Amino acid sequence: MTNSKLAVSLPGLDLKNPVMPASGCFSFGEEFSKLYDLSKLGAIMIKAATEEPRAGNKTPRVAETASGMLNAIGLQNPGVEHIIEHELKFLEQYDVPVIANVAGTKIEDYVSVAGKISKAPNVKALELNISCPNVKEGGIQFGTDPETARKLTYEVKNASSVPVYVKLSPNVTHIVDMAKSVGDIADGLTMINTLVGMRLDDAGRPILANITGGLSGPAIKPVSLNMIYQVRQHMPDVPIIGMGGIATADDILDYLSVGADAVAVGTMNFTDPYICPALIDELATRVGTLNIDHIHDLKGRAYL
Amino acid sequence: MKSIMTVISQEQIADKIYEMVLEGEITQNMKTPGQFVHVRVSDSTSNVLRRPISISDIDAENSQFTITYRADGEGTRKLSRFKRGDHVDLLSPLGTGYPVEPADHVLIIGGGIGVPPLYELSKQLNAIGVKTTHVLGFNSSKDIFYEEKFRALGETFIATVDGSRGTEGFVTDVTRNLKDSYDRFYACGPKVMLKAVSDELAIDGYVSLEERMGCGFGVCYACVCERADGTQAKVCTDGPVFRKGEIVL
Repeated sequence: MTNSKLAVSLPGLDLKNPVMPASGCFSFGEEFSKLYDLSKLGAIMIKAATEEPRAGNKTPRVAETASGMLNAIGLQNPGVEHIIEHELKFLEQYDVPVIANVAGTKIEDYVSVAGKISKAPNVKALELNISCPNVKEGGIQFGTDPETARKLTYEVKNASSVPVYVKLSPNVTHIVDMAKSVGDIADGLTMINTLVGMRLDDAGRPILANITGGLSGPAIKPVSLNMIYQVRQHMPDVPIIGMGGIATADDILDYLSVGADAVAVGTMNFTDPYICPALIDELATRVGTLNIDHIHDLKGRAYL
Repeated sequence: MKSIMTVISQEQIADKIYEMVLEGEITQNMKTPGQFVHVRVSDSTSNVLRRPISISDIDAENSQFTITYRADGEGTRKLSRFKRGDHVDLLSPLGTGYPVEPADHVLIIGGGIGVPPLYELSKQLNAIGVKTTHVLGFNSSKDIFYEEKFRALGETFIATVDGSRGTEGFVTDVTRNLKDSYDRFYACGPKVMLKAVSDELAIDGYVSLEERMGCGFGVCYACVCERADGTQAKVCTDGPVFRKGEIVL
């Protein structure tokens, strides 16, 4: 059922509501389709696609931390061709726009994947993954150098048939500089990817086989809120999908308050696989009790 | 998949080993030994990952089942403080368990916290007339649990690394000296044990793997392992039970 108070329009995306699962925390949706109707979601951000299939990192790949977790999966995926033929085909039965996360190690790879996957009928936007902290081959850190990020965004934007959102890394000194460097080319931003971290075992050795991993979950919400708050002040119009530790409807209101247009739920899909539809229902109730005409009436409250 | 169960009892049965009996309708879906539940140890967001724990005993008639686990981390220690009447949020039953197939005589081999799921397995095998011999390995006598329960189902041997009970050494120090012939084996325990057992026993068998998990239902790709054919399997959904030789140990 559509609630017009929750509907949000962004470049390429007509969202029934502003809530979607974040890339990497939802695989390609099939497992969750057994739990609830995926058409209920605002959108689905699918797991990163690369040109060739990737086996990912060695295990252990995850470790829990205080109110969060570290992961170093290493972009394991069956490759873009397989994803288009199988995973995206599967999702076609649902009335839900797909945001395809595109990753790579070379600009040519990104461009190739973006060109191919953006032609899938249900892919309505791309999320350009310039910020995965767990893959270092090639030695290029697209997400931390503004010039490289800008060039990559330009190339991918040219290759894509659908709008391109750039996923920003929080592992930078100046988030606003990064946002500005890609913001006038990209159709929108998604913020933030994970923070690099590590955890040790009782013997003082790193738990993750990759040594470091990406920190996610409620622990990073304050960092994400601040970064969106900073970027929004300098870029009043750029569409932003906010993410980082969303666990409750109040968390979503916080993200809207600092200027996000929509939100993605990540880690908490593991804690509670039913959290996305639950938050959508809760959000509808909250809009009712707050006595507002539209969820975006709350947008930017933090600046008042 | 998600349900709220009620704690019927919780008891410490060995050093750091706890046994919790839970009650709830979802028990009716639990049929296959070797499956697991994914337990949320806290309502708050302080622990975002659930803990995978083996089902050790299913009592469908009373809609009750037992989980047996080692409390050696923050999450499982929290779980060990749950009391009768408390509610537990869990995903269940998860994973692919052991096939319960007819045979004359099988070998059941467990190591440490790998022992619990083998109890329900042995019960089900005995129920269809399969003779079971059990070999259970522990570090020390203080770590031993379920010895009598297994003995009630069939011949049971104990091995301890420090020699404080039973055969000194590992489970393979027991299996090496067994004289009977067995149709197949079923094993659960640390990877080194699974490898040693698979290498030493000429018979076919099944092994149950342990791996750090994220989601527990195939989404996060945290608990992958490598198949002999070079492809990858997920321990949480393709396993935790695999056929001997299917996985690179």
